[in-house]
Amino acid sequence: MKKRQNVTIKGTKDGLVLHLDDACSYQELKRELDDKLSQTLRAQEEGRIIAVKVEIGNRYLTEDQREELKTLIRQKKNLVVDDIESNVITKEEAKALRAETEVVTVSRIIRSGQVLKVPGDLLLIGDVNPGGEVIAGGNIFIMGTLRGLAHAGCYGNHDAVIAASQLRASQLRISDCLNRGPDHITSNEKHEMECAYINENHQIIIDRLQALIHLRPNLTRLEGGH
Amino acid sequence: MGEAIVITSGKGGVGKTTTSANIGTALALQGKKVCLVDTDIGLRNLDVVMGLENRIIYDLVDVVEKRCKIHQALVKDKRFDGLLYLLPAAQTVDKSAVTAEQMQELIEELKQDYEFIIIDCPAGIEQGFKNAIAGADQAIVVVTPEVSAVRDADRIIGLLEKEKHMEPPRLIVNRIRNHMMKSGDMLDLDEITQHLSIELVGIVADDEEVIKASNHGEPIALNPNSKASIAYRNIARRILGESIPLQPLEETNKGMFSKLKKFFGVR
Repeated sequence: MKKRQNVTIKGTKDGLVLHLDDACSYQELKRELDDKLSQTLRAQEEGRIIAVKVEIGNRYLTEDQREELKTLIRQKKNLVVDDIESNVITKEEAKALRAETEVVTVSRIIRSGQVLKVPGDLLLIGDVNPGGEVIAGGNIFIMGTLRGLAHAGCYGNHDAVIAASQLRASQLRISDCLNRGPDHITSNEKHEMECAYINENHQIIIDRLQALIHLRPNLTRLEGGH
Repeated sequence: MGEAIVITSGKGGVGKTTTSANIGTALALQGKKVCLVDTDIGLRNLDVVMGLENRIIYDLVDVVEKRCKIHQALVKDKRFDGLLYLLPAAQTVDKSAVTAEQMQELIEELKQDYEFIIIDCPAGIEQGFKNAIAGADQAIVVVTPEVSAVRDADRIIGLLEKEKHMEPPRLIVNRIRNHMMKSGDMLDLDEITQHLSIELVGIVADDEEVIKASNHGEPIALNPNSKASIAYRNIARRILGESIPLQPLEETNKGMFSKLKKFFGVR
């Protein structure tokens, strides 16, 4: 009986696609990959650099193993690994991924000296007092008064927004942009239902909340529905 | 079993010691057995405000280091018939002389014999503050209508809310100057209470009599004719669970009054 191949190579117009079987052992896979690449390489000794995409199916590779495979492929002169694609991720990665997209609801007052940080979006039911900080990987929505500091998109998300029922922040930060509040706020300025976002000129703009409907349509998470 | 109430503020000079002395005095006037505890070790002055300085023999540090018994260190206030006592702070050492556990133990012991233990907290958020709140069941935050005082009070409230053994803190707004509040040169009472969003237990107007009284070692609460005195007496009654509307700051200013009353009635 002919043994099933663990490594199959396909050529596409973007480069090579290496499909690695996910049922065999890792050692076996490595050996066969090395063999296969050595054979094919002889055929095209010289030439331009070829990008390789590696598909590993339902196999989980640790960071070290990924590096090992990359080195192995890279050794074959004109091959370079573009990407390793796997269908599986660890629980931790999955949790982190979910946390990044999750809206965390918090009901309290963030007082001076307190810092609240969430990986995803923040929905705060309460105020942020001067000297208090709220930081989120995603958007920040505050259903009270924002008088302290808010930092949205803290991992570098330029599309993140900050919205508050009363926006009187001492400082606003979105991604790497910064905007400070006016030195004097007269009490007749209401600042109700406002939002802050980064515009094309890389500046933080404060606008009425409704502006977001057009500016950030992807804030809508509702799928399907009417 | 008594109640231990810590009087704190974060910022210095807003009137913690004066407030402690007067709440203690007012509670004693209501017939409660009260012990004042000065935890401002190294910078004691509750004894001065109470006019008991020259009677101090032992102090708080002597008690926690077991150099004397609690009752030996307590200074009795002659103006009250065995109702008001003071446990003075030490003056020769600093705040690190006492630990939070020692304070807890001390307050626990005092709670056996007194209905109210009023703890005067030092300014700041360091060891002295931690010691002062360690044994307390309740906290009263004193604030003046200044931005800096409100900011520090906010910080203190945040720290107090983290203490699981304590009830939510309550607020006293001290040194209110009505004409400045009205003209907008001072923070407005509504602004303060909204910002800090904790229960208001009393307001005290800025009164020269308070300074005079403190300097004479006679807490203002003993003088029945002063406005500040009535304010402190009302605070004491609210602590005892009575429901008393806030005093109007000015007789003519009815609008403000009803607004305050409304606010106070919210919780």
